[in-house]
Amino acid sequence: MGGIPHDHYEPKTDGEKWLNRRLPIVGLLYDTLMIPTPKNLNWMWIWGIVLVFCLVLQIVTGVVLAMHYTPHVDNAFASVEHIMRNVNGGYMLRYLHMNGASLFFVAVYAHIFRGLYYGSYKAPREITWIIGMLIYLLMMATGFMGYVLPWGQMSFWGATVITGLFGAVPFIGESLQTLLLGGPAVDNATLNRFFSLHYLLPFVIAGLVIVHVWAFHTTGNNNPTGVEVRRGSKEEAEKDTLPFWPYFVIKDLFALAVILAVFFAVVGFMPNYLGHPDNYIEANALATPAHIVPEWYFLPFYAILRAFTSEVWVVQIASFVTGGIIDAKFFGVLAMFAAIVVMALVPWLDTSSVRSGRYRPMFKWWFWLLVFDFFALMWLGAMPAEEPYASLSLIATTYWFAYFLVIMPLLGVIEKPLPQPATIEEDFEAHYAENVGGTKTIANPAE
Amino acid sequence: MKIMIKTILSATLALGMGTGAYAAGASEGHVENVDFSFDGPFGAYDVNQLQRGLQVYTEVCAACHGLKYVAFRTLADDSGPQLPDDQMRAYAEQYEVFDPELDDFRAATPVDHFPESNLENAPDLSLMAKKRAGFHGPYGLGINQFLKGMGGPEYITALLTGYTGEEKEEAGTILYENTVMPGGWISMAPPLSDELVEYADGHANDLHHLSEDVSAFLMWTAEPKLGARKQAGFAGVLLLTLLSVLLYLTNKRLWAPIKHKAKD
Repeated sequence: MGGIPHDHYEPKTDGEKWLNRRLPIVGLLYDTLMIPTPKNLNWMWIWGIVLVFCLVLQIVTGVVLAMHYTPHVDNAFASVEHIMRNVNGGYMLRYLHMNGASLFFVAVYAHIFRGLYYGSYKAPREITWIIGMLIYLLMMATGFMGYVLPWGQMSFWGATVITGLFGAVPFIGESLQTLLLGGPAVDNATLNRFFSLHYLLPFVIAGLVIVHVWAFHTTGNNNPTGVEVRRGSKEEAEKDTLPFWPYFVIKDLFALAVILAVFFAVVGFMPNYLGHPDNYIEANALATPAHIVPEWYFLPFYAILRAFTSEVWVVQIASFVTGGIIDAKFFGVLAMFAAIVVMALVPWLDTSSVRSGRYRPMFKWWFWLLVFDFFALMWLGAMPAEEPYASLSLIATTYWFAYFLVIMPLLGVIEKPLPQPATIEEDFEAHYAENVGGTKTIANPAE
Repeated sequence: MKIMIKTILSATLALGMGTGAYAAGASEGHVENVDFSFDGPFGAYDVNQLQRGLQVYTEVCAACHGLKYVAFRTLADDSGPQLPDDQMRAYAEQYEVFDPELDDFRAATPVDHFPESNLENAPDLSLMAKKRAGFHGPYGLGINQFLKGMGGPEYITALLTGYTGEEKEEAGTILYENTVMPGGWISMAPPLSDELVEYADGHANDLHHLSEDVSAFLMWTAEPKLGARKQAGFAGVLLLTLLSVLLYLTNKRLWAPIKHKAKD
């Protein structure tokens, strides 16, 4: 696999040759594991492994939880309590699954912003990026439906609010919402279909992950310089790369172990930190909680959704032009989805010829402002819908769209990029030459 | 590495902002911290306190409230009040439960659960200590629950001791002023008072002690596996830290020749 020249698997024994002629699976695994990887990858390139771990963790814990869970409105809440009290290790499974979702999203946001900074989405990696965005969308759908399953107050009311968004679509909204809910309101039919889909979608994600990995193994990894690996010959490529095993496997496992130590501290010592206390109250269609708040990982987009009220002039214009078909609610829904669509379109919105943000002096500032904007939106999404949060949300939303639709295309034209290293090898050597004073003193028992 | 630290730091902060801030939504009175034995990473339930709390629950709360998720057998669990087996059986027999097979009431057995409340305005107490969060600090980040918990049992203590003595009648019901209840008025009459429950071991039984004991007991009913969870968390953190160190050293040695070559 891949355009980078490297050694391929050669079957040696008769048995290996026999198998290889019929199913070249060993070769496939060998090429996947030994893929030449740019040797200058930094610590932001570890999130992929963390994400794979999260997917496996969620599937394994989820499958066992499903053995003890009852998807029925009368029993769902009690069956979760049964898991917490009576199932062997059930409290751990459930807390791992609950907090595993949060770790999953922490990792995916870090992974996405790394891609945005180092231009990992640029040609020829557009397909990798688009598949990644699809995975992210599916993760959100899965996370949302999973949150409904414990059938607490936030489960119920979160589901009511979010499915209500689909009701805002003109003409077909009501039918769409009914289809989604399996009836006029969130009820047993909703719980059943959400359980079914919550079990299905992770496997669709797993399939897309394989395609995602396949795509970037074809193009080769991006790297902090954005400079491509030299592919003239195997010798040349080997100056820029190292095989994935063992160099990056060990490095990634080290990072994973550190992250998991923090994760276990959260699961063991404060497992309900990221949850909402109201979800320990069983769902009650007659009692609306004082504040309905989605899970933290939806908050930035929830803030964008709420930013567009009927008092905003763009909403008024849209409403006037379309004869009222696009009202404030539908506008908000469109904006929320558009906020993700613009992110998916960056391969074509970014006009710069330079890939990595490291060599783009103006881009850097706008990028970090976008990161700040993301966290600001997250905070605003948790605030009540009143001033000054409403105005701040509108400003933060405006920046989100401006970054992708205006700043990114313009920067490529007006920015004067810094000189880039000619090769990955040059960057790697420059980096370690700088640190000579610091590293030389460390004794190396291996030598 | 710098970027990663920056990212992790800002992510942690933002997570805190997100969660802590919305937990702080409801306007509640101030909840005082209580130094419960089960707070913090190494906290564990105090068996004597759970037994006292069970006594308060049985003599006072059980008159109106229920604990429908709690099985009597768990009263004998190592992680709980650790009643001796015969005491636990005798305790269960005090309660009558409805048996659909007999189509009649019978004395409860260890496998039965505490009965549900029949009163509409007396909520089930099984999960009360997790339904309420007393703490959201510092600065709404909620991160202090690492050391103090979420403030659920503290909320219950504060509620039980938060009566001002004022009463008012509204639509035929008497409401009692309480500094912790959202809205300031609660329909439950002050349930506890000094020396209302007499402990066999002569432990202090003023209003505050009774409230703390029953709050600790209700934390146990809400999170019976707290001790095992904290132990698992501790073992996990310890082993993963060890694994991190080993992997760090492996990684360092693995990369040393590559980095060394780059230096020359």
